[in-house]
Amino acid sequence: MAYPYRHEKEVRLMSEAFGDPAARTIEGWRARGGYQGIARALEIGRDATVADVKASGLRGRGGAGFPTGVKWSFMPKDGTRPHYLLCNADESEPGTFKDREIIRWTPHQLIEGCLVGAYAIGASHCYIYLRGEFFEATQVLAKALEEAYAAGLAGKDILGSGVEIDVTLHVGAGAYICGEETGLMSSLEGRRGEPRIKPPFPAAVGVFGMPTTINNVETLAAAAHVARHGGEWYRQWGTEKSTGTKLFCVSGHVNRPGNYELPLGFPLMELIEDVCGGMRNGAALKAVIPGGSSVPIMDAGECVSCELCYEGVEAAGSMLGCASVVVMDETADIVKQVRRMADFYAHESCGQCTPCREGTSWAARILRRIEDGRGTEDDLDTLMQISEQMTGTTICVLSDSLAAPIISSIQKFRNDYLALIRRGERVGAA
Amino acid sequence: MPDNGRKPETVALTIDGREVVVPKGTSLLQAAAGAGIEVPHYCYHPGLSAPAQCRVCLVEVEGAPKLQPSCVTVAQDGQVVRTDSDEALEMRKGVFEFYLVNHPLDCPICDMSGECKLQDYVFAEGREHGRAHEPKRVFGRDDFGGDVLYYGDRCVMCTRCVRFMEEVAGDPRLTVVERGSRAVIDTFFDQGLEGASFAGNVVDICPVGALVSKEFLHKARAWDLDHTPSVCAGCSQGCNVELHTRDNLVQRLKPRENQEVNGHWMCDYGRESYEWINRPGRLESPQAGRGSRRKPTDWRDVLGRLHARLQELRGAEVIVIGSPLWPNEGLAALDALAQAAGQVSRRVFRSPRAQDEDPLPGFPLLIRRRDLAPNVDGAGLLGFDRDGSDVGEGGLDGVAAHDGILLVLGDELRDQSEEFGASAALFVYLGTHDSPAAANADFVLPVTNFAEQEGTFVNAQGRVQRFQQALRPPGTARPAWLVLGALAAALAGNGPPPSRADGAFAALVAAHPAFAGLDYDVLGVAGAPLADAGAATAAAAGQRAP
Repeated sequence: MAYPYRHEKEVRLMSEAFGDPAARTIEGWRARGGYQGIARALEIGRDATVADVKASGLRGRGGAGFPTGVKWSFMPKDGTRPHYLLCNADESEPGTFKDREIIRWTPHQLIEGCLVGAYAIGASHCYIYLRGEFFEATQVLAKALEEAYAAGLAGKDILGSGVEIDVTLHVGAGAYICGEETGLMSSLEGRRGEPRIKPPFPAAVGVFGMPTTINNVETLAAAAHVARHGGEWYRQWGTEKSTGTKLFCVSGHVNRPGNYELPLGFPLMELIEDVCGGMRNGAALKAVIPGGSSVPIMDAGECVSCELCYEGVEAAGSMLGCASVVVMDETADIVKQVRRMADFYAHESCGQCTPCREGTSWAARILRRIEDGRGTEDDLDTLMQISEQMTGTTICVLSDSLAAPIISSIQKFRNDYLALIRRGERVGAA
Repeated sequence: MPDNGRKPETVALTIDGREVVVPKGTSLLQAAAGAGIEVPHYCYHPGLSAPAQCRVCLVEVEGAPKLQPSCVTVAQDGQVVRTDSDEALEMRKGVFEFYLVNHPLDCPICDMSGECKLQDYVFAEGREHGRAHEPKRVFGRDDFGGDVLYYGDRCVMCTRCVRFMEEVAGDPRLTVVERGSRAVIDTFFDQGLEGASFAGNVVDICPVGALVSKEFLHKARAWDLDHTPSVCAGCSQGCNVELHTRDNLVQRLKPRENQEVNGHWMCDYGRESYEWINRPGRLESPQAGRGSRRKPTDWRDVLGRLHARLQELRGAEVIVIGSPLWPNEGLAALDALAQAAGQVSRRVFRSPRAQDEDPLPGFPLLIRRRDLAPNVDGAGLLGFDRDGSDVGEGGLDGVAAHDGILLVLGDELRDQSEEFGASAALFVYLGTHDSPAAANADFVLPVTNFAEQEGTFVNAQGRVQRFQQALRPPGTARPAWLVLGALAAALAGNGPPPSRADGAFAALVAAHPAFAGLDYDVLGVAGAPLADAGAATAAAAGQRAP
């Protein structure tokens, strides 16, 4: 069965079975090599599994890019308190749609990843926190989990090893902030989804006050492959600092938007021009958001030599984030896009921290006014200043996430703002 | 700090160029406060957990990549902290601007104006002019039930009130609803704060005018109020309070921190039971003569005649009725006079008792006690026995037929008839208000209530607590200890009577071993426990009627 779009330059470790309903069943998944990762992990032991993942260079796919093996090694080694693995399946970053596809096409891949992760950190319980809007994905995953329990792959005595790992699905109520790891913990505990101040870090005091590791869906899916094939194997793709493959969620003004699994370091322009079939209607590229809505916007010039790996995108002035590539051509209205982001962040701010609670909604209102032609050049200075005051001043990075597109868009697309302001002045809107 | 070789558990750091030594585990905010540096803060309150969400206590810590919230950052040895660096000031200025984006700035009609932390901080550190030209969001106000009114537009979302109800009151009746700039504090269903007996504290801890007291609403401006350290007279817990007065009337009570007694808190019963202090119709001058022969007179005359009468009756049987609303000094002087006058057969007080106690779960020391008067334990230590019922009436057996000396201080005898004291050879009534039952009194002497004098109470923990004078007494009313002490000294012929409250306290310490070792000056405004607080209260409890 054909998944929407495929390309021969893809390296499909995680996405090979996308679009193939047969892979959803446990038999189908085992026929495709499933559950060999957890089997090997149980064989080589906990420490060796962590060492393997460390050696693989796998970095967190949720956006921050923190080395997964290192994160796992932060968990306390003494076994006095229960450990928890949380799988962050709250995929809520605008422009991102990779975790949903992993769950709905290859639910067993995620379950296996959870088992590997839980085993590696000494957790006997893993919670998968699913985004509230993932109706289909939740049903598919719930069915797969039943199969896994029935097959002795989850629960007590996994594969006869004596290891016990329970997996529980938890469906959120649809809040962006619950994808932030400490907000996710609060929500899972039944509180308001509000991030917590760090320290203490989750590895010390996490969910229910216990040592906790939180990993993204794609991270755990990749970890299952690393567990199966070993760390060195995974390094054959990608760059020195960004190893392996990554699902790129391409959306916007390209001919073939979709999920593409590519080795990290893949050139951005090649992704747009070749893999995605070029710009829609052959229009000129105007801007790219390379890593989901919360990273700085790149203009066309910055895209030219950009390589899609953590260090490559950073060198180009943005961040790889969760590799949600939003491509905009010359018809895109940057001010409108940024205003829509501001509305989103203002709506999703949990309201704890003042700079975020007040700053996001204030910025949204200023941007709306500019869009309506009632802005002034002073508003741009105000926006820049309040964006700076929203950066690094709060518990989590939600307000930083709005500040990045505002600052970058005003720096790189100031003329778009000025045009609206001038037009408004001409027609006397202000 | 003495360096005696053994390293105390302290850390030394530098805050704004000042060397500060604090115990290990102290937050930067507390360390700075100890050095006299106030770091602005809203969500932090010393009696609550610190979520570090208001983001105004951000300070610069050398070596840290970004500004740190000082309320949760623990002081480290050798740390160099700047609360007033350009970066910190700039950031705080920005945060205060954010606060004003939606704040209505209705200070002229806001109860909190003058003691509002948003006002204070914005004046101190904020921008001169705001840049927010957008329309503000409007919530209006919400009746939270009980005495609490919520103005959502003024709220800074520090969530102190939510955390107080959850962590201290143990009764999570408040919560944050909605998100982002639409977030407001709200109650569950229609229950609100009605019947929550410690809910008034949320008004105290609200740093702005979002939570206000209905009872105090628009009653007085903060800058017109005088603050006097005092003790709550609502029950025998004796919560440390401030009396806020204006126009010689108590306008409200606010808790005053004392970690040994009430922490930062007080109960609503105590908070609301102050109207009796302001009750009009006071006795303003001494009077002499029974029934229709009663004539106003002056102190010199009345004391002279009373002294002469006591001399005549010397050795007679004396019945003493006191009141636990009166401080130790007055009760001790009453006892001293009775002893000097004759044979004391009974020393009693009557006082209402509640059905049960009301503890504050998050601060177990604080309990609204059964005894609804501040000095029941002091009265017990001074030899007074409880009499009458749990509503403070009845009892007084044998008084009707009493033909000796009858001394009444503070008990208004509401349940007694006009025949009361008719057979007494001498009936002296000292009180704040005249009473029908005082018709037979030979002498009616106006005395001050506790707010009009200074003195001490003993609380249920056996702690002696001082309060200061908050109000001017009406007319020529005098403290009971001054009146009674003068008579007692004259009768006993043992030197000049005390002329100040400290002297009255010293006299009481000398006469009553339970108070041994206490010094009026050392009591300060925090009080001190009796030498044997446990035994003393047990003894006092034993004297109470079951």
